Amino acid sequence: MLSVRNLTKTYRSAGEQVAVLRGVNLDISAGERVALTGESGSGKSTLLHLIAGLDAADGGEITLADIAVADLGDAGRAELRRDRLGLVFQQFNLIPSLNVEDNLAFQSRIAGRHDAVWHAELVERLGLAALLQRYPEQLSGGQQQRVAIGRALATKPLLLLADEPTGNLDEATADEVLALTRDLVARTGCGFLMVTHSERLAATLDRRIHLHAGLIA
Amino acid sequence: MSRALWILAVLLSHWRRHPMQLATLLIGLISATALWSGVQALNAQARSSYDRAAATFGGARTAMLVGRDDAAFPQALFVELRRAGWNVSPVLEGRIQIGGRAFRLLGIEPVTLPGEVGDAPTVGRSGLQSFVTPPGEMLVAREVLTDLNLPEGARPSTSSGTLLPPLRVQSQMAPGVLVVDIGIAQQLLNMPDQMSRLLIGKTKGPRAALEAVAGDRLLLVEPDAESDLERLTDSFHLNLTAFGLLSFVVGLFIVNSAIGLAFEQRRPMLRTLRACGVSARMLNAVLVIELVALALIAGVMGLVCGYFIAASLLPDVAASLRGLYGAQIPGQLTLRSEWWIAGLAISVLGALAAAAASLLKAARLPVLVAAQPQAWQQAQQRWLILQSAVALAVFATAGFLLWYGDSLLSGFAVLAALLLAAALMLPAILERVLSLGQRSARRPLAVWFWADSRQQLSGLSLALMALLLALAVNVGVGTMVESFSRTFVGWLDGRLAADVYVSAKDDAQATAIRAWLRARPEVEAILPGGRADAQFRGAPIEVLGLPDHATYSEHWPLLESSGNAWVRLRPGDTALISEQLARRLKLGLGDRIEVPAPGGNWPLEIVGIYADYGNPKGQITVNYAALTRRFPGIPATRFGLRVAPPEIPALLSAMREKFGLGDRSLADQATMKAESKRIFSRTFAVTAALNTFTLGVAGIALLTSLLTLSNSRLPQLAPLWAIGITRRRLAAIELVKTMSVALITALLALPLGLLVAWCLIAVVNVKAFGWRLPFHVFPLQLLELLGVAMAASLLAALLPVLKLARMQPASLIKIFADER
Repeated sequence: MLSVRNLTKTYRSAGEQVAVLRGVNLDISAGERVALTGESGSGKSTLLHLIAGLDAADGGEITLADIAVADLGDAGRAELRRDRLGLVFQQFNLIPSLNVEDNLAFQSRIAGRHDAVWHAELVERLGLAALLQRYPEQLSGGQQQRVAIGRALATKPLLLLADEPTGNLDEATADEVLALTRDLVARTGCGFLMVTHSERLAATLDRRIHLHAGLIA
Repeated sequence: MSRALWILAVLLSHWRRHPMQLATLLIGLISATALWSGVQALNAQARSSYDRAAATFGGARTAMLVGRDDAAFPQALFVELRRAGWNVSPVLEGRIQIGGRAFRLLGIEPVTLPGEVGDAPTVGRSGLQSFVTPPGEMLVAREVLTDLNLPEGARPSTSSGTLLPPLRVQSQMAPGVLVVDIGIAQQLLNMPDQMSRLLIGKTKGPRAALEAVAGDRLLLVEPDAESDLERLTDSFHLNLTAFGLLSFVVGLFIVNSAIGLAFEQRRPMLRTLRACGVSARMLNAVLVIELVALALIAGVMGLVCGYFIAASLLPDVAASLRGLYGAQIPGQLTLRSEWWIAGLAISVLGALAAAAASLLKAARLPVLVAAQPQAWQQAQQRWLILQSAVALAVFATAGFLLWYGDSLLSGFAVLAALLLAAALMLPAILERVLSLGQRSARRPLAVWFWADSRQQLSGLSLALMALLLALAVNVGVGTMVESFSRTFVGWLDGRLAADVYVSAKDDAQATAIRAWLRARPEVEAILPGGRADAQFRGAPIEVLGLPDHATYSEHWPLLESSGNAWVRLRPGDTALISEQLARRLKLGLGDRIEVPAPGGNWPLEIVGIYADYGNPKGQITVNYAALTRRFPGIPATRFGLRVAPPEIPALLSAMREKFGLGDRSLADQATMKAESKRIFSRTFAVTAALNTFTLGVAGIALLTSLLTLSNSRLPQLAPLWAIGITRRRLAAIELVKTMSVALITALLALPLGLLVAWCLIAVVNVKAFGWRLPFHVFPLQLLELLGVAMAASLLAALLPVLKLARMQPASLIKIFADER
């Protein structure tokens, strides 16, 4: 479903070229849950951003469901994120002016794929029924991340990309949030790629890949 | 479509959560649109009145034949031209007085009147019989009936006692104009077989050459798109427009600051939307749609407010135009659909202009948060240097325009450039002052005070610029009006030299009053006065006759004169001319002019120049006896009296009782002065109102900036609170900071305002009105304005400061919990 070949990315920092990714190869099949680990600065988030079309690679290929990401323009990448991907960030990135219910339904509605039954199931499984009318600022970190996961999965994406989704949460909450995510991923059958620092959490997924100095170790 | 609606709903949800920000944005747009459209409504109303006046039976909009030197010509020429194939129609124009008020009398010939002349055919042919057969009809606007306090069908008399035809209202007529059949006009004006001009209609068939029929006695005048009144009043309307524009710009400052803050607050939301799959194009399109929708809502509200502003100012504007230019404007506001459309368009365009920077940032917004290593100071420094460079360039432009410009427009351009440059320079000056303060501070809290003030500057600078502009314009216009007021009062003391002014209803009554006065011992002198209208070098002028009496030589103020000017006036071959006529025609002492008079041109040498404030026409003053010889038909109904002041009340009572004279016909000097000053004050009432509006909008700009900044400032204030500074103390510090920058701004506005005043007095007034005033500085007035500015700033600062003082600790703790 996802194929990454010879992916390279270089940044310029303080006048020097820094090669963040130096030829990464990666495959994820439908329903597979993969943890991406590595030290700070190893290129984990960059890889995730390139897959999501948030940034452009210098070289190599990313193919998602037979679509070459590099061939897409801004609108095409936006469509890819909207219709086929789900994104979860460490900072939750909820829309502060929308309540929980609207945040949850937001992506599925703009994608034109809102499914009321699935929406209700998400609300129930994520334990958000009592929080639907609250605004993000009125939620704890764990609650906010559950909303973010719900929003990302509301479109039933092909692939869920999560960048340190538990980085801002305590251990117990992190376990709880990840367990929920795993269940929902299994329920939708989508692929799951999670960037994490935690070896413990990485061990709970199907496969773990380690990024070191811009290459899959 | 539904996708766009969803995105729009998300964007709009921001305003639901930040209603104060939305209110700020709407207030800015409403004030900008209201003041701009209000001024436009006033201008449009006045211009439509000029159009009515210009279109009345062959104004400037019609091709015509006129006599050489604008003199009247014999009726025989009309007959000869008609026979030679010219489709011409005669008009006789003059002035008559009814009940002490002067009116423009037009005599027309309805049968030959060309169809393309104004609304003539409907006027003339519908009631042709009653219009031309005795006693005829006098067509007037409804305003004339109101002015004369007469019903339709009434027959008023002229001041010389002649009975006029019955009044008939004609809706398209301009106020102040009376239209009668030309035969009646010739009798009323005592100009038998004379005509002022011939209107030219479309000619079918051949016609002889003009010279072959009329020789060089007639001149062909092509139609003019702009009437004399439009030209004369251009400066007044430009003045109003400049105020409207200033308020519009100040309003847009508010919009810019509200949108800028909203963008900063929505930046994470926009990124999230992009991350969720909203394309940049879609996001930008929806942002523009959101802005246009808000601008349309605010535009409608602004137009309603603009209507009320215009309606409340219209009486004063009408009074100003009547006082300054003699233009008659109806006191009721009528608005056309174009005004509504233009108002909405200006609201949308203004909003887009104010939001341009934010929209551009949104269009370039990277989906990923780019690292921003650049320190705030570095970014601000670069921006300030750039802004200061632009300010210097604009200052240079102002200097260039001042040196080389020679028109009213260039005068206003100097003012605009001066204000713009000063506004652009303001943040750099404030930054310099604050950094000096920071350097001199020793205690940590004081250092933070100055440093934080500097950091706050970028958020406040637009509001402070608005305050600077509004204050400078207030100081400038206030100084100009006060200078004018003092000069005017001094001038009035000299010009109103007689102790009592009499205006008899006709020549017979005037003769009787004079005979009665000669027998009164308390009357020291009877000073006859006369006034004739003439055309001089293509423009109407007044020829004023003053008697040879010490009253004038001792009191009448002259700006320039050759020796013994009053003595030299006696023989009737010299004249004094008004300042505006001298400036307009570049005339000076010793120059010779020829004034057209009924008996032929009157050669005169200029021996003096005098101020004649408030008179739209040029004026020439000559000896009264000489005037009556040259213009034998002028009424002798007006004269002044010299009376010992204690005797005045008794004399006035006796005259009222004896001759039945009303307040309009009889007034003492004090009453005349009070009336003149009242008219003067009303003339500047509009300016004062717009001044107050502009200062009010600037106050709102400051308030809204402070309110919108107050939320984003919590991350700066929370750490101080955490280390032990109470909320109350923090609030006090915030108040002192705001007041300090407002005070520095206000102090800078004072010299800038004086520069604006100088520009108005030395450049704009001279071009607009033709006179120059002495420049005065009024320290008390400046102190008062400084006080008003500080009070406005205090009011603006108080709300956010109170909010901070009463803030719940939980709100401050949240800063540490989640800084997003």
